[in-house]
Amino acid sequence: MQSYFHKFLLIILFINVTAFASPEEDQELFRDHFQNRFPNTEFSDYKNGVYSIDASSREQWESIEDFPPYELNIDQGEELFNEPFKNGNTYATCFENSGIAVRQNYPYFDESTNQVMTLELAINNCRKRNGEKPLSYYKGGPMADISAYMAYTSRGNKFDVQIPNSQEALDAYEAGKKLYFTKVGQLNFSCADCHVYQTGSKLRADIPSPGIGHSTHFPAYRSGAGRLVTLHERFAGCLNRVRAKPFRAQNEEYRNLEYFISYMSNGLEINGPGSRK
Amino acid sequence: MNRRNFLKNSLMTAATITTFAGLMIKPKRLYAAWPKASFDITDLKDSINSVYGHNDLNESSEVMLKAPDIAENGAIVPLNVKTKLKNVESIMIFVENNPQPLSSGYNLSSKSVPVVGTRIKMGNTSKVIAAVKSNGKIYTASKEVKVTIGGCGG
Amino acid sequence: MSTIKLRAKESKGVVTVKALIKHPMETGQRKNKKTGEKIPAHFIQQVICKANNDEVITINWGPAVSKNPYLTFAYMGSKGDVVELTWEDNQGNKDSLQGEVK
Repeated sequence: MQSYFHKFLLIILFINVTAFASPEEDQELFRDHFQNRFPNTEFSDYKNGVYSIDASSREQWESIEDFPPYELNIDQGEELFNEPFKNGNTYATCFENSGIAVRQNYPYFDESTNQVMTLELAINNCRKRNGEKPLSYYKGGPMADISAYMAYTSRGNKFDVQIPNSQEALDAYEAGKKLYFTKVGQLNFSCADCHVYQTGSKLRADIPSPGIGHSTHFPAYRSGAGRLVTLHERFAGCLNRVRAKPFRAQNEEYRNLEYFISYMSNGLEINGPGSRK
Repeated sequence: MNRRNFLKNSLMTAATITTFAGLMIKPKRLYAAWPKASFDITDLKDSINSVYGHNDLNESSEVMLKAPDIAENGAIVPLNVKTKLKNVESIMIFVENNPQPLSSGYNLSSKSVPVVGTRIKMGNTSKVIAAVKSNGKIYTASKEVKVTIGGCGG
Repeated sequence: MSTIKLRAKESKGVVTVKALIKHPMETGQRKNKKTGEKIPAHFIQQVICKANNDEVITINWGPAVSKNPYLTFAYMGSKGDVVELTWEDNQGNKDSLQGEVK
């Protein structure tokens, strides 16, 4: 009975128009759903994804986290972050607080360009402004390393994603939300199908993680891939899995999606980079 | 003596000569060479035999093997072996259904405390066997680790 | 930049050493998806650890050890010991790192 009620609320969340529900109200509904589904999970633990709801994989994950492979990437990321561009500037000049401990403020809505600005897009914009070629968001590499370092310096800070009171910002948020709840691909799944309605169940050999806390721990060092994976590469991976054509990393759809899921994770601590299967 | 012992003794003599000769000229390698033969073997029994020269294993509760029941991902399976046995010479970890069962070998010294841990790749559900050589005898502990393939997580 | 990260802590006369090594640990069985050719085996074969110049453990690894391998072992020692970890792979590459036991 409870689950039907919550599914109903979530459908409302999906179909509502900005006129009568705010992001704050969405956030409350979203959280209620998970807290009802997993009554024994502390809100703060959602930053640990599936490990907040599955004890056996948690034990192995804790064993890996004792000395995780991504430590090698953090060191590499720090070196890259501090290396000056050809023109003598550094990444520090592009970010507030010299780029240290800022992860929790991304994405934000850039009112000058009317688009969502994610941290990784900001890293490449910084490079562009300083005459450097952009870095790839796929297959690990320097972008993932720098992103991992910047996440690492922000550990412990709580997500603080802002949605300014402008139509454009709300539209971007709504677009992200809509994508999250839209069924796509040959398998006809939405993000919500796995991460809201089926989270905690077994889907073949996997347990879908809860929808809150998804972006706190990216980039993720995935055991199977043996390297870091950025959030947008992961979005593409998920879309491939449901046999949908993925969008390109950091294009508008994925930035809006990241905006929505990160706003839903407000109040959770940044704990990237994280180890995942 | 039978052929096997004869060959073994010849090899030992040859090894001794090499060592002596080696000591005269500064040796490039101070440590025993990597046991390629053992690492290439594809059958568990043969693998164990190649390491110890026999298959006389004794299951013992004094050997503690920590391994997951179901590996979260076959690419990184955390394993830990420790024992209360004394005079431990070596710890070997075999994975029965891996293409080559011998995954790794730890040769201890008199200063060692017998505990080792690592993370290994497992291709299939398999028995994992930890073998401890103590006072010349081999003591083992084993555990079946399930490896699942085919999730939605990619 | 070193390929090795080392941690060594002493407690009640036992030093626990933990190491993380950057290495592909390629088995030699995987195929390059584009060319169909097997990616050559490239894995660490030996890891040797010394404490104050005395050999403490010699480890033989096969390609089944995970990528970016992790290792832990212990020996009887003290704070301030100088621990030195060296690895060598099947292609003749090596690296070494020293650390002090805390």
